[in-house]
Amino acid sequence: MGQGIGRRIGGLAMASAVVLAGCGPNGAAGGGGSAEKPNAAYQEELIQKLIDAKPGDVISIPAGVYAIDKGLSLEVDGVTIRGAGMDKTILSFKGQTAGAEGLLVNASNFTIEDLALEDAKGDALKVNEGENIVIRRVRAEWTGGPKTSNGAYGLYPVQVKNLLIEDSVAIGASDAGIYVGQSQNVVVRRNRAEFNVAGIEIENTQQADVYDNLATNNTGGILVFNMPNLKVPGFGARVFRNKVVGNNTGNFGRKGTAVASVPAGTGVIINSNDKVEIFDNEIGANQTANVIVSSFFSAGYKATEGVAETFDPYPEAISVHGNRFAPGGNKPDGVDLQALRVAMFGLNGRLPDVLWDGYVDAKKLKGGKPDPALAICVDNGAAQVLNADGPNKYKAPKVVSLACKLDPLPAANVAAAGPIPSESRIPAPGGQ
Amino acid sequence: MRLVALLAVLALAACSPRPLEPRYIAEGLPETLSDWGMIGVRDGRLVLAEGAQPYELNTPLFTDYAGKLRTVWMPKGQAAVWSPDQAFDFPVGTVVTKTFFYPKAAGGGVAPGDGLHLADMKDGLDLSGIRLVETRILVRRTSGWAALPYVWDEAQKTAKLKRTGQSIPMTLERPGRKDSFVYQVPNVNQCAGCHATDHATKALHPIGLKARHLNRGGQLERLAAVGYLRGLPAADQRPRAAVWTDPAADIDARARAWLDINCAHCHSAAGPADTSGLYLDAATTTGPRIGLCKPPIAAGQGTGGFRFGVHPGKPDESILVYRTASTDPGAMMPELGRALVQDEAVAMLRQWIAKMPGTCG
Repeated sequence: MGQGIGRRIGGLAMASAVVLAGCGPNGAAGGGGSAEKPNAAYQEELIQKLIDAKPGDVISIPAGVYAIDKGLSLEVDGVTIRGAGMDKTILSFKGQTAGAEGLLVNASNFTIEDLALEDAKGDALKVNEGENIVIRRVRAEWTGGPKTSNGAYGLYPVQVKNLLIEDSVAIGASDAGIYVGQSQNVVVRRNRAEFNVAGIEIENTQQADVYDNLATNNTGGILVFNMPNLKVPGFGARVFRNKVVGNNTGNFGRKGTAVASVPAGTGVIINSNDKVEIFDNEIGANQTANVIVSSFFSAGYKATEGVAETFDPYPEAISVHGNRFAPGGNKPDGVDLQALRVAMFGLNGRLPDVLWDGYVDAKKLKGGKPDPALAICVDNGAAQVLNADGPNKYKAPKVVSLACKLDPLPAANVAAAGPIPSESRIPAPGGQ
Repeated sequence: MRLVALLAVLALAACSPRPLEPRYIAEGLPETLSDWGMIGVRDGRLVLAEGAQPYELNTPLFTDYAGKLRTVWMPKGQAAVWSPDQAFDFPVGTVVTKTFFYPKAAGGGVAPGDGLHLADMKDGLDLSGIRLVETRILVRRTSGWAALPYVWDEAQKTAKLKRTGQSIPMTLERPGRKDSFVYQVPNVNQCAGCHATDHATKALHPIGLKARHLNRGGQLERLAAVGYLRGLPAADQRPRAAVWTDPAADIDARARAWLDINCAHCHSAAGPADTSGLYLDAATTTGPRIGLCKPPIAAGQGTGGFRFGVHPGKPDESILVYRTASTDPGAMMPELGRALVQDEAVAMLRQWIAKMPGTCG
């Protein structure tokens, strides 16, 4: 392995263009109105429909490519926006001159399905505050491949309750393809996230199930983060049955964003979050590490000021078990990690599957020992863990055992998602 | 006798528009601005109905250098109730208008109109040198506030309801420079982008009609005197926002007043931008909440490559300056209502941050 990935890194721009053209969903769409001249007249009609919408309405958008030059918004509860398919109904924001989002929704009981949002100037789809949100078979894509100038977020629900994102596609976001922020009770399943800085990011969110997704060719595949200065901390994410492979795209995030510090070649990262369970995933060929567990202190965007005192920077009660790791860690991002790899594991060696920065909250020790309930547990066969020794300025990194078990986390409960697999009902390995 | 009266009426109708009769329209979507009777064009002048009380703000919200004529009207006997910090509690029937206009410029474009003071206009606004753009109505109905944008025709005779908004290409002429831009009349949903100040209820509210913004030149007393405001406390108990252009005022007060009116309708603990953890309302005074050394949350392009919202002493490394100085839709702030940069405000914010003590480490 490594050859294909190496080539991809070597000629990223070209390779990504080829990949995008070749394997856009069903081989269709992709280029965003290359052959078909976008219909510019429809925008007015669509805005009118969004304004006049009443609860219970379905706004149907027929197949076609539609040029939209300003941000759209919906403010009415209980509306469904439905296209003819995410490769057939395409809202193209290539010529967007106003508005921070392609589509902004401030409403509850909202469903959007079967359409694509392409080349938005800012975020493609933002849902800001609301309950019972379904995003299904929606494609958010920047068609020019991974670029720093691409919009930030593909599918971006924030401060919502009871959220289902399924069977959707996010490509090319300069921050996160699928980004769920500050939300409660969330299911993200069967999606494909590719060529984003962060493929799928769950941030300050409580009770999220992320499963059966494919995250590949991102800088980092699946992120579970907590950021400071927000109203609520996140906890309770289960990441399972995903395929998180070959996330080696160079970081093209805008400096200053949290994801700009994600090392290229990362499968799953947990940062400053608590009660996270990573299990039954297929994680491999991520050249820095298949899994990183880290605190705010080593996140690269840590400030000595400007962080609310209530913020808990330590990842706690983290469980990594039963994943199928394919080799990674062979070409970590950055000279420090590269030097570490060579020094510890030899010229052709690999960093272990799990990297941990080594920070623990001294205030929570019980009798001088870590509280077992807050432990970081890696119980994953032969997988090794490297403690990078962050608190000691990375002076003495060493391979450690974090063998322990935590109780399984409960499943999320989102009515629109139906029953969600609990750990005891996990089928035999096979991934998706 | 009856015939004479009828003829007189017809004559009036033929040679001059009917007099302005302000009215509250409790339901529906009136097609023309004149239906409301608040303002109208008479003999080449924009005139106000009796009772449509003009007002101005200490520090107004920036809209591409447009001049703004603001009025408030209430049905007879009705009055708003004083609040020290929130928008006054206005009675059902209240109609607020805001007319956006520019002085015509020599080169065929428009000139900045935001320095003109119109609150005391008596004979109306002479339209010979003016380009009217739009008039927004904010009406307090039993179901809450509703927002309706009216766009003026080219002849500047009538303004028609345009709920889907409109993009209007213009050129702003200033000494030594011309800037082409597309003025955006917001659509009805976008009105909520600023006026739904409590994002949980999503109810619309006026933004400028607060004590601290209105407290200038005896304006609060005038509103009370015409019967529009009840509960006005003694003068020393009336908060007052700074005039952001006042060089004699404290720079901190000027910056905070500007941020309050331009940003706080979203950036507050209840507003839609609470997702960012950045609160720029008057009540939030210090710490990471106002951006000091605060890492961004979901700024995306908007970071400009910088790490902190406000980096004391370093305006050129502050996200807040970057975003207010940007016209890229994916990065600029505010998100709506402008296509141009308010250069003078950016300079003032830079000055504010440059003088701040401390460092982010």
